Amino acid sequence: MAAGTVRAPAGRSRFRLRLGAWLLILPLFLFAAGTFVIPIGLMLVRSVQDPDFAAAFPRTAVALAAWDGRDLPPDATARTFLAELQAARGGDRISPAATRLNADLAGFRSLLLRTARNARAVGEDGLGTLAAIDARWAEPGLWAAMRRAAGPLTDYFLLAAIDLQRTDDGSIAAMPETRAVFVDVFIRTLWIGFVVTAFCLVLGYPVAYLIANAPARWANLLLVVVLIPFWTSVLVRTTAWVVLLQRDGLVNGLLRWSGIVEQPLALIYNRTGVLVAMVHVLLPLMILPLYSVMKGIGPSPMRAAMSLGARPLEAFARVYLPQTRAGIAAGALLVYISAIGYYVTPELVGGGGDQMISYFIAFYTNRTLNWGLAAALSLILLLATGLLYLAYARIEVRPEAGK
Amino acid sequence: MRPPRSRGDRALLAAYRLACAAVLAFLLLPVLAVIPLSFNAGSFLTYPMTGWSLRWYEDFFTSARWLAASRNSAFIGVLATILATALGTAAALGLDQLGRRRRQALAAFFILPVVVPVVVIGSSLYALMAPLGLTNGYFGLVMAHALLGAPFVVITVSATLRGFDRNLLRAALGLGAAPLTAFRMVTLPLILPGVVSGAVFAFATSFDEIVVTLFLAGPQQRTLPLQMFDGVREQISPTITAAATLLFLLAVALVGVVELLRRRTERLRGPA
Repeated sequence: MAAGTVRAPAGRSRFRLRLGAWLLILPLFLFAAGTFVIPIGLMLVRSVQDPDFAAAFPRTAVALAAWDGRDLPPDATARTFLAELQAARGGDRISPAATRLNADLAGFRSLLLRTARNARAVGEDGLGTLAAIDARWAEPGLWAAMRRAAGPLTDYFLLAAIDLQRTDDGSIAAMPETRAVFVDVFIRTLWIGFVVTAFCLVLGYPVAYLIANAPARWANLLLVVVLIPFWTSVLVRTTAWVVLLQRDGLVNGLLRWSGIVEQPLALIYNRTGVLVAMVHVLLPLMILPLYSVMKGIGPSPMRAAMSLGARPLEAFARVYLPQTRAGIAAGALLVYISAIGYYVTPELVGGGGDQMISYFIAFYTNRTLNWGLAAALSLILLLATGLLYLAYARIEVRPEAGK
Repeated sequence: MRPPRSRGDRALLAAYRLACAAVLAFLLLPVLAVIPLSFNAGSFLTYPMTGWSLRWYEDFFTSARWLAASRNSAFIGVLATILATALGTAAALGLDQLGRRRRQALAAFFILPVVVPVVVIGSSLYALMAPLGLTNGYFGLVMAHALLGAPFVVITVSATLRGFDRNLLRAALGLGAAPLTAFRMVTLPLILPGVVSGAVFAFATSFDEIVVTLFLAGPQQRTLPLQMFDGVREQISPTITAAATLLFLLAVALVGVVELLRRRTERLRGPA
């Protein structure tokens, strides 16, 4: 190296080179900041913000925040609320507020809109006026829900994302069973990710070994067999599975023709379909890192162990397998990280009970517009992904550190 | 020098190879099995086929919806690829001149968009852009697709730069070449395979992208994956299998391009 090296620039030109490097990096940095860091940051902030009620009823929100939360609020608060209800009627702010309240207490949406239609400002007995419009206004629970929604900050969404809620007296308690869904969804997501990863490892490991130790011509061909599905659109592959696994599809046809089953099996729109399609999509992600690690090991350790008298399986388990640990970890983390963020495949080939967390993030984002809850669920998914990515980055760095 | 194999070991080896063949078949056959159905004369997606016909391809190439979807995919894909390739190549060139620690930290940051679940990216872009009226437009889609493609460009260009002899560039600069000329005459030809494979990756990413597209696309921006998504969810028509076949051929072509580039780089670099 030393003899043929052209002198590296020094001093001022070195500074200019450094400046040039940062100028080259800056555009992508700014681009990623604008399209990625800032949007996600703003989204995550929504998980602790609660602006909808206060936007429609600013003075009521202030009054409710000052109320101690016991029994019913002071009558002045009710009168303020009535005046603001009347003013908000027909405006476009009352609907988000109603949606937010309804998410906490079912039925609140219609109650609020109906009350707004009949509201009029009164000089005294605000609570009585409200109760005359709808008897439910005499219930303290209703006012407690409004107080919880008064904002500006809230732990409502974060608690809801793990099936918890604040009770009317302000303590944290479990969500009623009918509304507690997310813990199940998270467990299901992690479990599907685990099963998919396990299948990918069991199916991918032998194939990676075969490719890594095959003669060059065969290895290239086999690698292409792995790469082609990898490059084929996920939609194409999912379509293929829908066609193959449907009731009258090829797989059921073969099973019946060979006499293994008499009635067609339900292979799709259930967990089986999700697992099959996800393993198919993610398997190359397992094979490729395993292959690159195995390629570096080569066949000689196995041969050496066997020539020293070890049986193939013994040589494999004691000599070869431990050397591929980095590849296993990298492939497994890659597959697992991808799997827990999956959305399209479960949506297309899964049933109602197979939807993973991403489905609910999408659902709350663009169908019910409950962005606070979508943000809270995103935050949890991001935390899980981030921890796994850190683990992955540690594996990736190690070979380079050894250089 | 091979150790003698017992019968049991030979049986084990045969079983092992058979298992590998089965896994590879599992990877490749499902997509291949759909191709013949796209030439089916009947309109059922089942075997046995009732005869050969090109009617589903005719349907694809005469349907306003599929053609519009193809145009949208190509348009968004090309723009996103140009953006991702320019930004990613520049960043990789800059990263290469930094110290190891900074390079690794920034590289890890630039890779993040492919690590973060796409649904989180899609939902946060939607929440940001919907109130600004930027959903249902090409702008957001091109930006988002470029974001998802740029990491691949950074990775592939960085990989070619790792084998790049920096002395060549210094020699050119020392001999009086202007920096831009030195880049054009020395650096670019050497990193070009990385740039092109990065661009191919970015294009394939955009062409296959569905999740962010579901959030940001309006009726005017329907792409091929979106069209297929709706088709699979509602009622699979055989036209989808024709589209799937065409997309599969595209994937084969892209693998071919990337493979050729990889081999060219390996040849140029010689045995390390």
